[in-house]
Amino acid sequence: MSLNFATLSKRSNAMLETAGHAILIIYESFLFLRSVWARRKEIVYQTYICLVGGFPVTMLVAVFVGMVMTFQIGVFLLRFGQESSIGSLVAVSMCRELGPVWTGVILAGLLGSKMAAEIGTMSVSEEIEALQVMAINPIRFLVMPRFIALCLVCPLLTAYADLVGIASGMVISAQILHVDYSAFMSNAREFLEFKDFWSGLIKSMVFAITIAAVGCSQGLRAEKGAEGVGIATMKTVVICCVMILLTDYVMGWFLMNFLGVGA
Amino acid sequence: MADEMIVFDNVHKRFGSKHILNGINLAVKKGETMVVIGRSGIGKSVTLKHLVGLVKPDQGEVWVDGKSVTRMPEWEVYEMRKRFGMLHQGGALIRSMTVGENVALPLREHDNYPESEIWKKVKEKLALVHLNEVEDMMPTILSGGMRNRVGLARAIIREPEIILYDEPTTGLDPIMANAINELVVDLKNKFGVTSIVVTHDMPGAFRIADRIAMLSKGKIIKIGSPQEFLETEDPVVKQFVFGEEEQTEGPIPESST
Repeated sequence: MSLNFATLSKRSNAMLETAGHAILIIYESFLFLRSVWARRKEIVYQTYICLVGGFPVTMLVAVFVGMVMTFQIGVFLLRFGQESSIGSLVAVSMCRELGPVWTGVILAGLLGSKMAAEIGTMSVSEEIEALQVMAINPIRFLVMPRFIALCLVCPLLTAYADLVGIASGMVISAQILHVDYSAFMSNAREFLEFKDFWSGLIKSMVFAITIAAVGCSQGLRAEKGAEGVGIATMKTVVICCVMILLTDYVMGWFLMNFLGVGA
Repeated sequence: MADEMIVFDNVHKRFGSKHILNGINLAVKKGETMVVIGRSGIGKSVTLKHLVGLVKPDQGEVWVDGKSVTRMPEWEVYEMRKRFGMLHQGGALIRSMTVGENVALPLREHDNYPESEIWKKVKEKLALVHLNEVEDMMPTILSGGMRNRVGLARAIIREPEIILYDEPTTGLDPIMANAINELVVDLKNKFGVTSIVVTHDMPGAFRIADRIAMLSKGKIIKIGSPQEFLETEDPVVKQFVFGEEEQTEGPIPESST
């Protein structure tokens, strides 16, 4: 029993330490926003890398999410003769939930893991220490540009995923449910509010901060060579996915109760 | 005390159950080259890391130019590091950057030189470590010795007041090792650089040192001039300094660190 308690206490300490380090990284990255101009080249490069890496996969996933959702909900609606409501259901759920969450999960797998692996490799090969000795703060030099890049790219790709998801849903509804494009769009326009769209973008911004903080934090804390880098990468994906789903629920509740999104 | 640039005052450091530093006392004068010797894994690199605030002592203080590194806030540690150049074991080059970008990095981050001036300085420092036409190469294709020399060029690019060398001649052939030792002496003579050199290369140590300190079992067991080390009767020091085959059987056990 005491052993279990000790293990539990050790694990909760490790979790708190992980969370604390990630929060500290968010704080320090904000402090280094004053160096944005000095690090502009790296920010542009990282943004380019994130966009190029994230664009095709986001498109692919958004197409299938839109198709599957339209198909499954549409078949259900057909039973009640309510298929004309498919436009609003697809548009609202893509903008509020599926667009930001799926984009967040994809970027966690693609870019969060990449950040953890890159920075982790630098940590275990003493490159981070070398930077520190050269009086170069690794948060300013490595983390802040990745942070900004992800904060720019994640909402952009979310907006793109929303559009692609709705468009693919529109095609499926026309082909399978026989709801034509104009009926789909007019129903979507009737129920979709602008706040549905921007609430999704706010969520995606929070996801971007989470992914960058977890990826960079795990990378900086990586130790014990190649195995350590592997563990940091794996932990990044797992923690990010859990955090995205958790914050999505909390933010959904907050946005509904305080800003009237979906109320 | 006034001319002492670096002081280790009763520094203790533990990693887990291992007591790596067990009360280090060491003072390095301004413009002096102090060579630290001792067996591998004994804590020589850890001692250097204390100086630049990468490792905090569990007990004791480290002083640089009259200021305690141990008690400095982080921003001040970063400011202090600008006075240092450090050659890490194996160079610790940033592998995603070319050799030229690596050497130029401290200049780009801390000074406002035009690009042409930066490249002029990069070539000049690379030439000092006998490397030419390597600026565009990636560190991964260089040999260990070449990486070490690039690391040295990077350490001296801003002409720092204090240079820490962690095994500068490891992986170099004897001719190149001698050239690097000459460079260490030149930097001291021309620019009055204060240096701490961690090395196993005993001929090199005698060539460059003003004083030598020997680390054993977490303590400095002897500090003195190269001559004093040559004439010592201490069996532990003798065994390390003249580590010929017949003297591997001495007071230092083979597994001791």
